[in-house]
Amino acid sequence: MASYSTNEFRGGLKVLLDGDPCIILENEFVKPGKGQAFNRVRLRNLMTNRVWERTFKSGESLESADVMDQDMEYLYTDGEFWHFMLTDGSFEQYAADAKAVGDTIKWLKEQDVYTVTLYNGAPLSVTPPNFVELEVVDTDPGMKGDTAQGGSKPATLSTGAVVSVPLFIVIGEVLKVDTRTGEYVNRVKSS
Amino acid sequence: MTEIPVWQPTASRDVLKSRAQQLAYVRGFFDARNVLEVETPVLGRFGVTDVNLDGIPAQVSAGCLNGGWLQTSPEYHMKRLLAAEIGSIYQVARVFRNGERGRRHNPEFSMLEWYRVGLDDQALMAEVSDLVCGWLDCERPEQLHYRQAVIASAGFDPMTVSDYNLRQYCEQWLEPEQLAGLGRDGCLDLVMSFVVEPGLGLDRPVFITRYPASQAALAKVSLEGDHPVAHRFELYIGGLEICNGYWELTDAAEQRQRFAADNGQRRATGKPEMALDEAFIGALEAGLPDCSGVALGLDRLLMLKVGAKSIEEVLAFPIERA
Repeated sequence: MASYSTNEFRGGLKVLLDGDPCIILENEFVKPGKGQAFNRVRLRNLMTNRVWERTFKSGESLESADVMDQDMEYLYTDGEFWHFMLTDGSFEQYAADAKAVGDTIKWLKEQDVYTVTLYNGAPLSVTPPNFVELEVVDTDPGMKGDTAQGGSKPATLSTGAVVSVPLFIVIGEVLKVDTRTGEYVNRVKSS
Repeated sequence: MTEIPVWQPTASRDVLKSRAQQLAYVRGFFDARNVLEVETPVLGRFGVTDVNLDGIPAQVSAGCLNGGWLQTSPEYHMKRLLAAEIGSIYQVARVFRNGERGRRHNPEFSMLEWYRVGLDDQALMAEVSDLVCGWLDCERPEQLHYRQAVIASAGFDPMTVSDYNLRQYCEQWLEPEQLAGLGRDGCLDLVMSFVVEPGLGLDRPVFITRYPASQAALAKVSLEGDHPVAHRFELYIGGLEICNGYWELTDAAEQRQRFAADNGQRRATGKPEMALDEAFIGALEAGLPDCSGVALGLDRLLMLKVGAKSIEEVLAFPIERA
């Protein structure tokens, strides 16, 4: 397996540390004039999502992790696994467990495309697109004329996600939501 | 992993102008003091033996030379000029250090190096203060012994701490197996970089002086009580290391011994041994006048002048765009 020396460290690089796949977030090179050089590295453990801070002597190396991001369409869940299919025309399917799906579960809509991170060929995590469009299945009745400003209320979407929406939103409307913040963006004209 | 090349510079026009003014200021400063500007080879036949300096090899094929090195510092060539009785000299040099890239490092950088015949380290520190404070308009630096600086920030005495305790302290950052190959000075470098340096020169510029003798390849050594300390100084401003100076070692035999020790350490750590620059040793044997010398990072000085957070703000093209 390939390995990376500290000289090659940079944000986004995927490496194995203590047996877990990690992504390098930040790499700081420190060295007193004629002294020993070190790299202070912040990494996110892709298994636990924890951020680690580690120090390396310059010249040390880490093995690369076989981690790949792939676009996949969400198909269905059988209750235990969530099934995805590659969008590259190969129709290859992958089953992600609850741990891999994580919080993305509240944004999962059939036929939408997600980024599935594979580690040694198995789904490690599922990342939603920045914006998803979901239907409102429950909310308090809308208030006529209240289209511009002021006030908000909770609305439950088809996936189970609850977002804060303006008072004029009614059941059946499709909303655009920012998955990074969980915030309502706007109404989508239904076709 | 390929990236789209970026043609634009990373430094703004204002900063590049400040850079030009800094160069003019430096030349004016030394001209007024009658220090001669010199130029020495950027491309040399020899590299340096320093364990922590990696030169960049060059593929020269010219004359009788095959191979060669981009110089990590103009020091040896400048000392040969001193031995030739040229007198006090300075140089604005481009120098090269492999593997060094970070917020404060680029593998190619600008170094202002100067030597003053007849001055000791204290007198040279005064001159560094004149140069730096005249440009940055800052308070004159105070002086702090290396030993005091480490005690104040790390809470242990670097001269007397046992290897065991020092290693244990460093386990905050490194695993025992990483520490194994590091050695005492490597551990002290870690403490310096991670604990001491960030707090140096925050209120007022500070010279760190009296380094452990083992941390000064080319400096005279005195005894401080039982501990050999080097006549070496470093200037820190706002946690940034600006320069490194020595009251120079003029003893050729001692110098040869230290080169051999460096190569011994290189062998031990699996780094290639470096051929000794016999022309340099020859100059020392002929006799270096009593002098002090200092190397100052011009890119970092400019970072302080313009308030830059990282070195690419003051370079037209850092290595990724070079």
